[in-house]
Amino acid sequence: MTNALEIEDLVMHFGPVRAVDAVSLTIPRGGVTALVGESGSGKSTVGRCVVRLLKPTSGSVRIGGVDVTHLTRRQLRPHRSTVSIVFQDPAGSLDPRMLVGDVVAEPLRLSSARMSRAERQKRVAESLGQVGLRAEVARRYPHELSGGQRQRVSIARALISKPSLLIADEPISALDVSVQASVLNLLADLQRDIGFACLFITHNLSAVEYLADEIAVMYLGQLMEKGTRSQIFSSPAHPYTQALLAAAPVADPVRQRARTPVLLGDDLPSALDPPSGCRFRTRCPLAFDKCATDVPPHVKIGNGEAACHLVQADGTRPDVRAGVPE
Amino acid sequence: MTAGARILEVADLSVSFVTESGNVSAVDHVSLDLAPGEIVGVVGESGCGKSVTAMSLAGLLPRSARVTGSVRLRGTELIGAPETSLRRVRGKEIAYIFQEPMTSLNPVLTVGRQIGEVLQVHERISRKQARARAIELLSLVGIPSAATRVDNYPHQLSGGMRQRVMIAMAVACNPTVLVADEPTTALDVTVQAGILEVLRDLRDRLGTSILIITHDLGVIADIADRVVVMYAGRVVERAPVTELFAHPHHRYTNGLLNASPTPGRHAGTDRLQEIPGLVPVLTTQPDACTFADRCPAADDTCRGSAPPLAALGVADHLVACWHPVEAT
Ligand SMILES: Nc1ncnc2c1ncn2[C@@H]1O[C@H](COP(=O)(O)OP(=O)(O)OP(=O)(O)O)[C@@H](O)[C@H]1O
Ligand SMILES: Nc1ncnc2c1ncn2[C@@H]1O[C@H](COP(=O)(O)OP(=O)(O)OP(=O)(O)O)[C@@H](O)[C@H]1O
Ligand code: SF4
Ligand SMILES: [Mg+2]
Ligand SMILES: [Mg+2]
Repeated sequence: MTNALEIEDLVMHFGPVRAVDAVSLTIPRGGVTALVGESGSGKSTVGRCVVRLLKPTSGSVRIGGVDVTHLTRRQLRPHRSTVSIVFQDPAGSLDPRMLVGDVVAEPLRLSSARMSRAERQKRVAESLGQVGLRAEVARRYPHELSGGQRQRVSIARALISKPSLLIADEPISALDVSVQASVLNLLADLQRDIGFACLFITHNLSAVEYLADEIAVMYLGQLMEKGTRSQIFSSPAHPYTQALLAAAPVADPVRQRARTPVLLGDDLPSALDPPSGCRFRTRCPLAFDKCATDVPPHVKIGNGEAACHLVQADGTRPDVRAGVPE
Repeated sequence: MTAGARILEVADLSVSFVTESGNVSAVDHVSLDLAPGEIVGVVGESGCGKSVTAMSLAGLLPRSARVTGSVRLRGTELIGAPETSLRRVRGKEIAYIFQEPMTSLNPVLTVGRQIGEVLQVHERISRKQARARAIELLSLVGIPSAATRVDNYPHQLSGGMRQRVMIAMAVACNPTVLVADEPTTALDVTVQAGILEVLRDLRDRLGTSILIITHDLGVIADIADRVVVMYAGRVVERAPVTELFAHPHHRYTNGLLNASPTPGRHAGTDRLQEIPGLVPVLTTQPDACTFADRCPAADDTCRGSAPPLAALGVADHLVACWHPVEAT
């Protein structure tokens, strides 16, 4: 069976900015893969290359087995409906002058298939219903809705073309905890019922643990580690993954205070001039000479892979807390 | 914790705004306090009045704000105090750090000059002394090679380092109270952890009392000694941090705790609890529980009169609810 998404050696440079450098990633049909990493690590850029809002500098993107990397706007049209994107900022990504119904119907108008007005309205109502909004909402303007409702509208718009792949770029980070919960529940339900594959971009690790099957960790344009949810959360191999997990506070004072803090410096390197060798080395407590000279290869470990000189195929992994390899 | 020495006591603080589209009631009879060296966290949904409460402490609200009630700093009333004495309080007694360090820093001055200027407003010291103090402060907040960084402009620093500079400016005059309004919201978790460590360290070393505002329960769990939960302009619950997480008495607090996807939860086996409904936007404060519309336990009493903030179980655990979730 073909995969929903296959990204191979994806490179996206903006002039001198090396936003994404050689990222490879596969999402099986119906699977949810989370892309995590700090601000500026290139997560959104990967998402935008997949929906071809950006044309990759090099590498390839295959959606449902079809290579879309070099397709022109026109050639892309028939594939437009197979992949959709939900953006981070629900307020900013909805045109304030358009009625919600028109916002949601927009992908249908842009697609090649012809459709009657009545048919379109039916699809809008259906799509709004899927995200738990009443059909009347179609006659309102985005600003008349709450943040959570607006985010539901953007999900409805993304789903109306019945995509087989949904790119969800920080769909919850602008929302309050309780609204976040409803959007996460909704994504989980829809994903289970409709069965689309999802690239879930976020920096919220607890949301990732809740929703994702597989996790890919980015740092400064490159993948540091990939693995299944249970592997990443129970035995992360890469020092950066370990540091990320250790730094995300848990909402339980007893557990949180019993944890050993792992503090990295916050002198973040820039994508304009990424460090030689391992890109994480300027903040890595375990870095040694080789890290500055050699780019660490991606080593298979368990059900995933990690790019660190201290990770070995026999399962040896470093422990960032100890400050020395095990 | 004894009710004895309180550095800051806020009682019945109410704030409303006169706007073109009418009155907005932002804060309603809020009471909270801070002991020396204590870290109090304020949580609540967007728009519930956290920032307005914080800004009113040192009189930072715009003219359109109507403020009533009492804010006492070491026993001295600040509400209605003349601007000249408020100016002395600001920075020297109550200092602030906000979410977006870039907008609060001057892009054309080095960080050393900016810290120096803060010092020179309140203290009579030379440029040279100010620079030396700035270097000290930068290393206090954990900036490596402070002696070099002091000559950097804000754009030469990462977001996390800019926030550290903001903290250095805020604590330059050794304030009694530091108000941190979402200090880490714009930062990554690895950077956030460092900033929280700096705040904790300041409290330990200088005895600064800290009021930290956030909507991240993880941050609260990490750093706060006590927690104030706000909903639609009111304090609905107040308790020591472990007590609050272990025995939430208000259903809104309960809802917030259950809505967070905590470790080990997965969509395949577990559903996150939503709080149905929306936060009301209030023009006046009704004589009712403002959470009643969304509360599974609401009855006519709740819709007919506002519940007072009262102790339940332990003395320093206060809840404003007619039918609180009992301590188990
Ligand atoms: N159109 C562009 N032109 C130039 N640089 C860009 C452009 N888009 C992104 N970048 C740069 O590419 C890098 C990666 O950005 P990207 O938005 O993909 O990061 P991200 O991981 O999504 O971050 P965040 O968590 O903040 O959303 C950053 O250094 C960013 O400044
Ligand atoms: N200058 C103002 N004029 C009118 N209304 C205001 C003003 N400042 C704040 N408000 C209103 O007061 C209420 C409380 O706002 P506040 O900024 O304190 O919320 P908050 O709890 O800090 O929210 P957030 O988490 O989004 O920062 C909101 O309804 C807000 O719209
Ligand atoms: S040990 Fe070296 S290779 Fe591994 S993460 Fe640290 S710096 Fe990179
Ligand atoms: Mg992004
Ligand atoms: Mg605020």
